[in-house]
Amino acid sequence: MALLEVEDLETRFYTEDGAVNAVNEVSYSIDAGETFGVVGESGAGKSVTSLSLMRLIENPGRIEGGEIRFKGRDLLSLSDEEMRSLRGNEIAMVFQDPLTALNPVYTIGEQIAEAVRLHRDVTDAEARERAIEVLDSVGIPEPASRYDDYPHEFSGGMQQRVVIAIALSCEPDLLICDEPTTALDVTIEAQILELLDDLSEEYDMAIQFITHDLGVVAEICDRMMVMYAGEVVERGDVEDVYYDPQHPYTVGLMSSIPRIGADIDELATIPGTMPDLVELPPGCSFHPRCPFAEEACTRTDPQLVDPETGAPADGMGADGHVAACLAHTGDLQGDLDYTVEVVDDDTEAE
Amino acid sequence: MADDTLLEVEGLTKHYTTDEGFLDRLFGDKEVVRAVDGVDLEVREGETLGLVGESGCGKSSLGRTMLGLEEATAGSVTYDGVDLTTLSESEMRPYRTDVQFIFQNPFASLNPRLTVEDIIGEAMDIHGIASGQERHEEVVDLLETVGLKASHATRYPHEFSGGQRQRIGIARALAVDPDFIVCDEPVSALDVSVQAQILNLLDDLQDEFGLSYLFIAHDLSVVEHIADRVAVMYLGEVVEVGPTEEIFSPPYHPYTHALLSAIPEPDPLWDGDRVLLEGSVPSPMNPPSGCKFHTRCPIARDECAEWDEHPSLEAVSDEHQIACPFHEDVQHG
Repeated sequence: MALLEVEDLETRFYTEDGAVNAVNEVSYSIDAGETFGVVGESGAGKSVTSLSLMRLIENPGRIEGGEIRFKGRDLLSLSDEEMRSLRGNEIAMVFQDPLTALNPVYTIGEQIAEAVRLHRDVTDAEARERAIEVLDSVGIPEPASRYDDYPHEFSGGMQQRVVIAIALSCEPDLLICDEPTTALDVTIEAQILELLDDLSEEYDMAIQFITHDLGVVAEICDRMMVMYAGEVVERGDVEDVYYDPQHPYTVGLMSSIPRIGADIDELATIPGTMPDLVELPPGCSFHPRCPFAEEACTRTDPQLVDPETGAPADGMGADGHVAACLAHTGDLQGDLDYTVEVVDDDTEAE
Repeated sequence: MADDTLLEVEGLTKHYTTDEGFLDRLFGDKEVVRAVDGVDLEVREGETLGLVGESGCGKSSLGRTMLGLEEATAGSVTYDGVDLTTLSESEMRPYRTDVQFIFQNPFASLNPRLTVEDIIGEAMDIHGIASGQERHEEVVDLLETVGLKASHATRYPHEFSGGQRQRIGIARALAVDPDFIVCDEPVSALDVSVQAQILNLLDDLQDEFGLSYLFIAHDLSVVEHIADRVAVMYLGEVVEVGPTEEIFSPPYHPYTHALLSAIPEPDPLWDGDRVLLEGSVPSPMNPPSGCKFHTRCPIARDECAEWDEHPSLEAVSDEHQIACPFHEDVQHG
């Protein structure tokens, strides 16, 4: 059984302008010890999906449908009390901006020890010891003396290590990382990615990794899904999705990254912007920006299917490569006309 | 100075002091942040000069000091035979039609209380370029040039997406018909698909209007795409400068090499060697002795810490200069 199974999750925000469909029938699963990437542009629903997992959606947002099963338990039916004992204990989260995630008026050691005391039956001395131990495992030099330092005394990369240390303090089975390296420089990003990779192995911990950076996903994820306007448009092994993308949006994303060594004059772009989530376009949400869109795309909302056979995806799809495009069910006149080139061991999606 | 040099920076230095607060003055605490520490650069006509480095290395301070948005501590910025750093505010004003700035954050750089027409037209008013109906026509022209519609002129910034706002910022910079634009991380706040649209737009505008850019970014793949030449900064100094293709191939400065190898490769089966730099950029208040990079450098020798100053830029080819005497030790695979 998978560690986490999300089935047909729907989260909406009720605003004055109407209901914002932030997450629409999203399904996926994550196995123990696996790193799962969630990719998409701003407004795709990546963060709301993760906050829904933690049941951290606040008014006017509401989780309206679906099931979230963690180790077989439906998180949506737990009491607030039960959810609280799970959060930070079995499922932990690392946020994008370390400086807003940390409390500026407590020492970093105290912030870690607090999490340990809350979830474990320990004395103050034991909690302190555990905090120093995790600080050491995330690579903070001289952890015992840095225990009493405040967040502002650390650099951005070190602050993010502290946030990771808080998340790891209770040895969670699932770590949700929401753009953990976006605010950091590439050199520091490389350090943090390597750290996460080592830690997931050491603690046999699954990671749900949210990012807009396809380079980061390629580096650390095993499987991934691509989100667009609150829906999953493609899901599969990282290698399948990168070398054989089956949704025009995935192709557009990959070809718009500038690549070192690629000698191209004009970057490919996806025209237009993400649609308004209050009023999604009819049919396929991506059709107004899709170069292959046909009349059928404005009428039929495509389901996730196996691109080879056109058979519908089975539920959370623990394995297999699926994409939501009418081209795979034979509803389009034309074909998805693009090729993936691998140049000098480098992938090039055009 | 070469014939096609548009703007030349010599020994430019920008130090910030921390003695501005009352308590600091009372206790005499004074520390100096060496944001830009003796930079020599030239920007040529019609070229894009990329400027890269980690946060805190002084990229933005250099860009702002070049345009007189910050007062230089020392050094000169020569444009059209005039040293811009010696000019007063009012003497600088006519030059502001020649040199312009595009800011990083399109949400903070547009006045939320002005319509798009007023945001773009304001610069025309100040410099007496156009008014009335003529101004309106110019604004509409500019909006169309940057890929927006004439009907957008009456709207307010909050009605636009990040990419569209950045287009408004670009239209504002173009309003005074400049020769040189400093683009400070113009795409880093945008999604990849929108980022590509803005990069292509900047490229097209350069061809159309013969603009020169100083393009500041921390993302090397973006810089490689758009720049003709690249300068790499570390702790307020330029450590490598040269044509883009020479910067992105050996010989490398050890810092450039580390930056390049840290970029995550969008290829799941990529299996190259990665140089991991230890730690983060040291504080510019108290930079390391000798070569400032020696504390993190994978090829540092004992003597690197002992030099009196940072090694100077030495030519490795006609146009390509590296500030590291041991750059041949860099292992690249």
